[in-house]
Amino acid sequence: MLVVLVIVLGGVVLLSLAVGARGIAPGAVLDAILSPVLSNNDHMVVRDLRVPRTVIGLLAGAALGLAGAIMQGVTRNPLADPGLLGVNAGASLAVVVGISFFGATQPGGFVWFAFAGAAAATAVVYAIGSSGRGGATPIKLALSGAALTAALTSVITLILVTDLDTLNLYRFWAVGSLVGRDLGTAAVVLPFLLVGAVLALLSGPGLNLLALGDDLARGLGQSVLRARIASALAIVLLCGSATALAGPLVFVGLVVPHLARRFSGSDYRWILAYSLLLGPVLLIAADVLGRLIALPGEIEAGLVVAFLGAPVLIAFARRSTVTSL
Amino acid sequence: MTGVATRTGVRDLRSRRGRRRGAVIGVLIALVLAIAVASLCVGAYPLGPADVARVLAGGGEGRENFVVLTLRAPRLVLGMLTAVCFAVAGAIFQTLLRNPLASPDVIGVSGGASFAAVFAILILGLGGLAVSLFAFAGALLVAAAIYLLSARGGLNGFRFVLIGIGVAFMVNASLNFMITRADVREARDALVWLVGSLGSARWSEIALVAASVVVLLPLIAVFAPQLRMLQLGDDTAAALGVRVARSRLVLLVLAVALVAVGTAAVGPIAFVAFVSAPIARRLVPGAGLALIPSALVGIVIVTLSDFAAQHLLGDVHVPVGVITGVVGAPYLLWLLTTTTTNHTTNRSQS
Repeated sequence: MLVVLVIVLGGVVLLSLAVGARGIAPGAVLDAILSPVLSNNDHMVVRDLRVPRTVIGLLAGAALGLAGAIMQGVTRNPLADPGLLGVNAGASLAVVVGISFFGATQPGGFVWFAFAGAAAATAVVYAIGSSGRGGATPIKLALSGAALTAALTSVITLILVTDLDTLNLYRFWAVGSLVGRDLGTAAVVLPFLLVGAVLALLSGPGLNLLALGDDLARGLGQSVLRARIASALAIVLLCGSATALAGPLVFVGLVVPHLARRFSGSDYRWILAYSLLLGPVLLIAADVLGRLIALPGEIEAGLVVAFLGAPVLIAFARRSTVTSL
Repeated sequence: MTGVATRTGVRDLRSRRGRRRGAVIGVLIALVLAIAVASLCVGAYPLGPADVARVLAGGGEGRENFVVLTLRAPRLVLGMLTAVCFAVAGAIFQTLLRNPLASPDVIGVSGGASFAAVFAILILGLGGLAVSLFAFAGALLVAAAIYLLSARGGLNGFRFVLIGIGVAFMVNASLNFMITRADVREARDALVWLVGSLGSARWSEIALVAASVVVLLPLIAVFAPQLRMLQLGDDTAAALGVRVARSRLVLLVLAVALVAVGTAAVGPIAFVAFVSAPIARRLVPGAGLALIPSALVGIVIVTLSDFAAQHLLGDVHVPVGVITGVVGAPYLLWLLTTTTTNHTTNRSQS
């Protein structure tokens, strides 16, 4: 199955390079990448527009898929996604502040704000969720994440309703899109993303034990605290990178692990591997579709992914004999 | 001997819990009264508590009457009524679906109302009561859709939540689509509606909300014991004589009706449904449903937020929903760090 998925991903990437307002043959796409001709418009479209957005889609999709799987494992809540642990809200608030008070205007300029906001929010959620008696229980993490989201969203709205210019820039960032970022942005974020991905892929055995419940995991010799800290770090790095790249994308992190479970069963090592591939497939496919359904304009990937993913999630919840995690 | 000791122990524990619950409710009511008095007195035209009492009793002059009876009181009353709607509905949703994240604002019911209302504002160019009707219909439609999609061999709480989340994503994406395509000024109007505002409170509107609440709350009180048994798990509840599927459906319909009424009147005041019950249950540990404390907590959050929205930000008047998150959420966060986890919610989680 994993091999099939790799082939599907390759196909989606090729589609993403070839399809759009200007259709380009697969042969010309390969030429554009291997031996570009500067005067050839098709080649320039591929290199300057389509390659960056495809790379961004690959990176953000993989990061969100992995992060979602870890979050659902750590919080043992099937509703966990980057929106849940306050990550998106933190990033969004930082971007709003960046626009409103520091005059950032381009998605490329939002990167550091988004990253810092996401990291700070996750750190706060973990600190609150793990303090008090009982340590970081799944329920406390989920509640503190949602509560922090509530508080931050209030502040965001406060700024937006009083500042029309910021609202105008922010509303386009907030839907989540792969356009308007160059490869330089991706290169800045890449190291963080890679470290996060490695941490994530290593956390599989720990998540398997956590899934048995804290007491049993502890009894089997697992350091619950260490597993939680490692996965928290992975979440910060992955979600921070993804949000910095593509804006607060919803849904990918939520739906991908559920799809992955269909293929892989309940072993987190496999869930993570499948999520790593399914994330970019979903995100890039959504981006391609968004280019096609509104020609000559296009619809942002973040919107398409919700429309595309929601029926999948619904069909899925209907068909399977779902159980909570 | 031990039997007797345990029995007295249980009785002790019960009465201690009862006292705690009584004390919490007393403090909450006192808080509500204090905020209410402050809301009626403070403003650009300040009045003393005695003056306000005189005006309410019917002995006011023209200007005082206008300030208290037309400007301040409707706002306060509407805030209280809708707070009860949201808080009680949130508590029922969270209990029924056994997930603290499953409040109506998370699973798309409020989102359905928002979508319909924003559609009415941005695409159809409507305003006022028409928008409220759209919101009401939107909430009901979305809830019905979630229910029909998830009903298969009885209501599975987890499936309901998952499908609700899916619907919420679609609704929110549609909202974002409309907001990114609209003129930025209209987008701001839509945003103001989306966070919930008490600014347009009129007595005629309040009468409608009050009538709905008067009908719905007693019905909920009738079904509350069954909800309490459902908390123990479906099998136990069935063994105790609860008709599980029917009780669930009735309670769900009642909760959705509350949300629809509240949202239609003031917009989905952000996070009241989500934070009220968890706060109340941490204030009164082991209280089970805690519907009354939840409602009181909701009232405190909304009235306090509206007071802050009007008076604490200087000349900037913002809609109440902007503040509720800032008022309610940090308190919930603080409670999370200081109190032990509530066992009932904890068990239903795992």
